[in-house]
Amino acid sequence: MSTPTTHSHGTMGKLMMGFAMSIILTIIPFGIVMGDPAMSSNMKIGIIMGLGAIQIIVHLVYFLHLDTKGEGGWTMAATMLAIVILVIVMAGSLWVMHNMNENMMPMPNDMKALMDAQGGEAMPLDMDNMEHGGTEETGH
Amino acid sequence: MTMIDTPLTGRVEGPAGPSHPADHAHGHDHGHHDSPTPLGFWIYLMSDCIIFGTLFATYAVLGYNYAGGPSPKDLFEPGFVLIETALLLISSVTFGVAMLRAEAGKLDGTSLWLIITAIFGAGFIAMELYEFRHLIHIGAGPDRSGFLSAFFTLVGTHGLHVTSGLIWLITLSVQLRIHGLTEANMRRLGTLSMFWHFLDLVWIGVFSFVYLVRLI
Amino acid sequence: MSTEVTHSPQETWSPLFGRLTLDWIPYHEPILVGTFAGVAIGGLIVLALMTYFRLWAPLWKNWVVSIDHKKIGIMYMVLGFIMFVRGFADAIMMRLQQALAAGGSEGYLPPHHFDQVFTAHGVIMIFFVAMAFITGIMNFVMPTQIGARDVAFPFLNNFAFWMTVAGALLVNISLFIGEFARVGWLAFPPLSGAAYSTGPGMDYYLWALQIAGIGTTLSGVNLLVTIFKMRAPGMKLFDMPVFTWTALCTNVLIVAAFPVLTVSLALLLLDRYVGTHFFTNDLGGNAMMYVNLIWIWGHPEVYILILPIFGVFSEVVATFSGKPLFGYKTMVWATMAIMVLSFIVWLHHFFTMGSGAAVNTFFGITTMIIAVPTGVKIFNWLFTMYKGNVRFEVPMLWTTGFIVTFVIGGMTGVLLAIPPVDFQLHNSLFLIAHFHNVIIGGVVFGVYAAVTYWWPKAFGFKLDDRIGKASFWFWFVGFYLAFMPLYALGLMGVTRRMQSYMDQAWQIYFVIALIGALCIFTGILLAFFNFFYSTINRKKLACGSDPWNARTLEWATQSPPAYYNFPEDVHVRGKDEFWRMKQEGFKWSGNYSPIHMPKNTATGVVLGAMALVFGFAMVWYIWWLAIISFVLMIGTVIAHTFNYNRDYYIPVSEIAEIESKGTVA
Repeated sequence: MSTPTTHSHGTMGKLMMGFAMSIILTIIPFGIVMGDPAMSSNMKIGIIMGLGAIQIIVHLVYFLHLDTKGEGGWTMAATMLAIVILVIVMAGSLWVMHNMNENMMPMPNDMKALMDAQGGEAMPLDMDNMEHGGTEETGH
Repeated sequence: MTMIDTPLTGRVEGPAGPSHPADHAHGHDHGHHDSPTPLGFWIYLMSDCIIFGTLFATYAVLGYNYAGGPSPKDLFEPGFVLIETALLLISSVTFGVAMLRAEAGKLDGTSLWLIITAIFGAGFIAMELYEFRHLIHIGAGPDRSGFLSAFFTLVGTHGLHVTSGLIWLITLSVQLRIHGLTEANMRRLGTLSMFWHFLDLVWIGVFSFVYLVRLI
Repeated sequence: MSTEVTHSPQETWSPLFGRLTLDWIPYHEPILVGTFAGVAIGGLIVLALMTYFRLWAPLWKNWVVSIDHKKIGIMYMVLGFIMFVRGFADAIMMRLQQALAAGGSEGYLPPHHFDQVFTAHGVIMIFFVAMAFITGIMNFVMPTQIGARDVAFPFLNNFAFWMTVAGALLVNISLFIGEFARVGWLAFPPLSGAAYSTGPGMDYYLWALQIAGIGTTLSGVNLLVTIFKMRAPGMKLFDMPVFTWTALCTNVLIVAAFPVLTVSLALLLLDRYVGTHFFTNDLGGNAMMYVNLIWIWGHPEVYILILPIFGVFSEVVATFSGKPLFGYKTMVWATMAIMVLSFIVWLHHFFTMGSGAAVNTFFGITTMIIAVPTGVKIFNWLFTMYKGNVRFEVPMLWTTGFIVTFVIGGMTGVLLAIPPVDFQLHNSLFLIAHFHNVIIGGVVFGVYAAVTYWWPKAFGFKLDDRIGKASFWFWFVGFYLAFMPLYALGLMGVTRRMQSYMDQAWQIYFVIALIGALCIFTGILLAFFNFFYSTINRKKLACGSDPWNARTLEWATQSPPAYYNFPEDVHVRGKDEFWRMKQEGFKWSGNYSPIHMPKNTATGVVLGAMALVFGFAMVWYIWWLAIISFVLMIGTVIAHTFNYNRDYYIPVSEIAEIESKGTVA
């Protein structure tokens, strides 16, 4: 009774339940891509990402047996913290990098719009110079 | 109880202990009857999860930098990815069956289902290697563009994890034949099972975010 | 950089030695040759003495293969102090160079060398000094504070330590074989990429940090699980000493943040070795992503360093004020608040990189918010002292020095959190002064406080009081002399990492800073002398197991603690359990039962050695050696798992015998 593994690895029923749900949650997104139903791209992306998130939860519950009681709740706490950090790293990076790309990297195509918007002259970005300016070997 | 196992190895069985009765030992030990390994390994997995998260973030940021090279629509085959996904999902389930066999005390059944798991896992790795080789062959290698660098690194890191899982699985299968379903081996099996299911979980992110949404 | 005279030899490659040729041995650089001679002679003397006194076998048996958390903790401290000497040598070289190189003078360090020195200084001080110190203190103190016999995974602890050593060795090897990176301590691409950093220096940097990083992450997991699972019966979370709480939060940060560092460095490695385009200028790379990622790790990292030190000060203040810590709960919540907030401030390190107003505002405000829980802590320490029976012994001296200095550093930090101000001060010496103000005033002072405070526990005798006080005052005064001028220089617009400068008006500030550095040098020497002097006079300085009249459980053990720490289980009923035990007349019952303990193993040190060889081979492109060492490493891990016989029981008779001896001076 006091098996040191502490948490049970479930039953065949639970395993098959998880399997069935995973199959469904896998088939639908692949079907959306391969079958190309009539709906907007954003809708499709939303469904694929949403079902992916649901399937991750299914795996956590049915395969990894995550619950609030295991290890005195520490596994759940660790998972929650990991999710928070993941959200910060991913959403934060996207936000920061998107913002910086907007502000920092005017590509030749954007130059005219930028100059019009600012009403002044923008510094042309000399990509060639940037690439080759420092590559020459420092000698020996 | 002072524990002596590591996430890499799982708990190991110590000497039978001195002649005092078990209850007495519990009274004087630290009251931690359970091993720290499952929790320790879970925390390691969360840490690993952040490794993958950072790679996903990199893919999200750099994934549109084609540098005049091929884009996902030129390269990805959803049917191929579906088969990879199926292999990994089935291997996850067969590992689940192996765990149930082990809990029922059936050594041969456990071994058999572990071998089946390994075959599916190896099939997945073979497909991934084939895909990588094909991409490099057509000039879409990791040095072609920021997008492909991020793609190869994320998917390759996952593949490396599955490969280490396979090596671990083979090692543990040998140890199961030597020592049987002892407490130590059960702990190791449980740890490997967490690892294996975790890799399947990461793959959900890969097929959704790396492949499918980029084909829309 | 066109004037730079480098000695980088021609890139060649041979199957046997990779790109390593004799030209890479810097025998034409007198400073390095001198250093090498010094290290070699010193090393030979140590080796000879050890052989003469037959210390090799005890060293191996009692330390190298030991999985005892206390010994590993002490080894971390030794590593930290050795690397501290190296890092400080770099510091004093920079101070001297900048004091000399004004108004057209080139000083004595050419740019090629100066750039390596400032890079090595930063890398060593953060990764191999500060990290080693805090890991060492946590390793030694935390398990005994929670009444545990060892950490949750003792072998992993030993392995993590030797991985850290392997990384440290790799950095030091670069001194004599090849070169080190010339890119600044965080190695921003594209400068650190393959196109602009040729040669092995940058690869030494990457492999050293990757190898040490594995150790740090594993150690973080280990210590976390120790706190979760190994507490003495009855010890609830809110019964834990504050140092244990801060160790908990720090290890959460390690486990959550170090993977990001691992990935950032791995991607840079791929750029350099495989030709990927993560951070290159061309083909879709984006160097800003590296800066973003590395600071997602980098900001939590500074709290990884300071949180356990906050814990140290909390223990010291409570003990030397003779009363419980004021606001225990607010202290814990403040620590947790800092832990979470530290993850959402990273952009303040690159306000100037070009984010928009919304982003900069967000991160500026979060940065200011994080000062609030830190302020709460300062008040808690002050209120603990208020109306307390304060004894100004050496650890307390460091603590008061810390409170004053850290508040100044914190204020300048809040200044820098204002984006428009940061646009003026970014990369100036003001910034350098700020982070040295918090790292020296915080971490270094805290390490000295911790070493003085727990030294008697580790060795059974106190450190000499007068030398300790002298060391403190040299450090304290030296710090202000060395870094206040840098604040002034920063406001004048002097940037960091300058090998020489034209404006002679700046020189006097640099000279004062050099004098400050020399004061600090005296403080360091006095501290080392104190270790030596006190060890010689250990009979006279011997103390009982509880020399400070402390409050937490580690003082219930012998000094030094027996390898099993506690002969019996402690049943904890609340905070400051040891204090309560003392009030009730503490005595072990003598009713011992056998103790379950892990066996020592050499696997950790073997793996560390292989990792070192692997890193060296990768740096020099010696592929055959890299493959062999890597395969051997995997093989060793697998072989290790086949060992099922790893623990034993200490018989009651042995416990009784050790306990009857009592304190050993």
